[in-house]
Amino acid sequence: MAYALQQLINGLTLGAMYGLIAIGYTMVYGIIGMINFAHGDIFMVSAFIAITAFTLLAAADVTSIPLALTFVLIVAIFFTSAYGWAVERTAYRPLRGSTRLAPLISAIGMSIFLQNAVQLTQGARVKPIPPVIEGGVELWSTPAFTVQIGWTQLLIIVTTVALMIAFTWMITQTAFGRQQRACEQDRGMAALLGVNVDRTISFTFMLGAALAAVAGVMVTVYYGVVDFFIGFLAGIKAFTAAVLGGIGSLPGAMLGGLLIGLIEAFWAAYLWAEYKDVATFGILCLVLMLRPSGLLGRPEVEKV
Amino acid sequence: MSAVVFAHHQLTPTERLRDAGWIAFVALILGIPLIGLTTVDVGGRLAVDTRFGLLAMAVVAAFGGRLVLRWAVDHLKGRKLARQRAAAGNAGGRAQQVVNVLGWLALGASVALPIVFSDNRYVVDTATTVLIYVMLGWGLNVVVGLAGLLDLGYVAFYAVGAYSYALLSTQYGWSFWEALPVSGALAAGFGILLGYPILRLRGDYLAIVTLGFGEIIRVILVNWTEFSGGPNGISSIPRPSFFGLEFTRRPAEGSDSFASFFGLEFSAMHRLIFLYYLILVLALLTHVFVSRLRKLPVGRAWEALREDEIACKAMGMNTTNIKLSAFAIGAMLGGFAGVFFAARQGFISPESFTFTESAIILAIVVLGGMGSQMGVVLAATLLVLIPEFGRNFAEYRMLLFGMAMVLIMVWRPGGLLAHREPTLRLSADGKAARGGA
Repeated sequence: MAYALQQLINGLTLGAMYGLIAIGYTMVYGIIGMINFAHGDIFMVSAFIAITAFTLLAAADVTSIPLALTFVLIVAIFFTSAYGWAVERTAYRPLRGSTRLAPLISAIGMSIFLQNAVQLTQGARVKPIPPVIEGGVELWSTPAFTVQIGWTQLLIIVTTVALMIAFTWMITQTAFGRQQRACEQDRGMAALLGVNVDRTISFTFMLGAALAAVAGVMVTVYYGVVDFFIGFLAGIKAFTAAVLGGIGSLPGAMLGGLLIGLIEAFWAAYLWAEYKDVATFGILCLVLMLRPSGLLGRPEVEKV
Repeated sequence: MSAVVFAHHQLTPTERLRDAGWIAFVALILGIPLIGLTTVDVGGRLAVDTRFGLLAMAVVAAFGGRLVLRWAVDHLKGRKLARQRAAAGNAGGRAQQVVNVLGWLALGASVALPIVFSDNRYVVDTATTVLIYVMLGWGLNVVVGLAGLLDLGYVAFYAVGAYSYALLSTQYGWSFWEALPVSGALAAGFGILLGYPILRLRGDYLAIVTLGFGEIIRVILVNWTEFSGGPNGISSIPRPSFFGLEFTRRPAEGSDSFASFFGLEFSAMHRLIFLYYLILVLALLTHVFVSRLRKLPVGRAWEALREDEIACKAMGMNTTNIKLSAFAIGAMLGGFAGVFFAARQGFISPESFTFTESAIILAIVVLGGMGSQMGVVLAATLLVLIPEFGRNFAEYRMLLFGMAMVLIMVWRPGGLLAHREPTLRLSADGKAARGGA
């Protein structure tokens, strides 16, 4: 029981990070209907930015953890959204309105490019940093097993919840949110009504990248190691999460992320750790067979 | 259209400078975290290293590059517009003829290649790789280009083919020619097995499930050590023989080797050239097979399905079966390519069947122009040769590869040979006439 509780905590932490990345996928899909394959690599770039920022802070003898985290988050969000913007501008905008597969291929190309650019400029070796936040709270202690929630895990879960609230507010209440939803429903009509579609799409990419940046910083803090290849698997898992929750649906992305995180944690703990990716994809296939539009997705209406 | 005249705004030098300046600024922002700063390992701990000189160079390069590129693009666009105005004729038919001529030329060149380069191991080897990708591209073209089903896990079928040959030959002593049809059938079986439950999914859902399937196969191959040898793979897979003649220096007692049978001096090149012609024949058979299929009802059904699924259903077509047939045939062709791959390498491991491989095959189909057979050849040649030419600066080759994928797509969103000839078209007098393949 205690062991299961611990897995629940681990799974939620993992799931929160997947969820944050998944939102980037789902928003971009919702607005321009493409799979942004480079999103996982944007997340990887942000983890590298976080590593550099943490190392800089350590060199400058900054010891206050809240200050350091805030600084790293701001830096990572700034630069990562710049990357999100640039990727959209160079690789996707020229292809808007062409076939559905063209942006997908250019996204795969962008993903390969980013991975290799980071490998070249930052080195291929795994980068470790010393733990940023240590310790945690013991929740429950049995003679056999102690359930512990690390401060990092707590921080990740709290930040994710706070971000989700802020994000929901932004999409439902602000002018940008209205424009974003308008573009999602009908880009042509939105343009006729005076919505700057290009800017909205750019901003959507930046927002997705910013959330990925938060996830990148968290991964750096949580695992303490980063390499240029982390974007691939995280990206695929997050995209799976987005599809599982129903692509295009924001709460769906978060739910999908949490589910994937939990499935992974429990599968690895109780069954075969090596096959956890098989479990993730297997469950995805099952869900899609039974509910082809995902858990919270709207069924697609076919118009003739 | 001719009544509308587009005013072509000529950029002033100031505007050009401002534009390039903006790009340089973006390059600066993007460059700071990755180029300007880096972390290095100093005595077990990371320390930040700065490379502002390099960053400055990158920014200047971005500025200059943008200036030149913008000027060139504007220049070319102007000329293209002028050309279009001059010749608004039917370039389509002519383009098709040019492609056909190119096809025959390419065929002639590929037959002659090993004769010309008979002692250049590297060229023949690279050409063999190109042909493997051409074959894979043609196989995936059935699924993606003709039936319009986005498959991101095609490499799974390639792996099924390769592993079935490897296991059949090393465990049960099957020869290449015996294993080839069986492995293809196995791959097709996997295609049906996977396709049956998921083919009612649409578009991107299908894409992610196929991607997941590709990963599942790879993870199983890595972890199920007793079956597949795990990450170490399977080695010493027997090579194909030429009608029973082995390509060995010393044939076993009582049998002939290829060299001794034809009274030739033994040369390691014989096998390479044989392998080259083998894949050439396999690829050509694939081509003929697919081109014929396109003209059969099932091929037409695929293309109809790609264009409009709802209309197909309304016409009473069984879309599931049509999709399944496309999936199975694509998988079978991938399986054949896999068998050849295993036989050529003599060693396979899950390393060769990653998602990147699927992405490259898909890129070949899309870059070539979906549904275009010649386009696949062109794109496969390009995508294999770009990293090969990049070998001199090895660490940049995948970077160049990714960049080339983006640039080609932006330059020609429809693919290199985007023109698609309808299989059937109405001629001027209203009768149905056959178009080119």
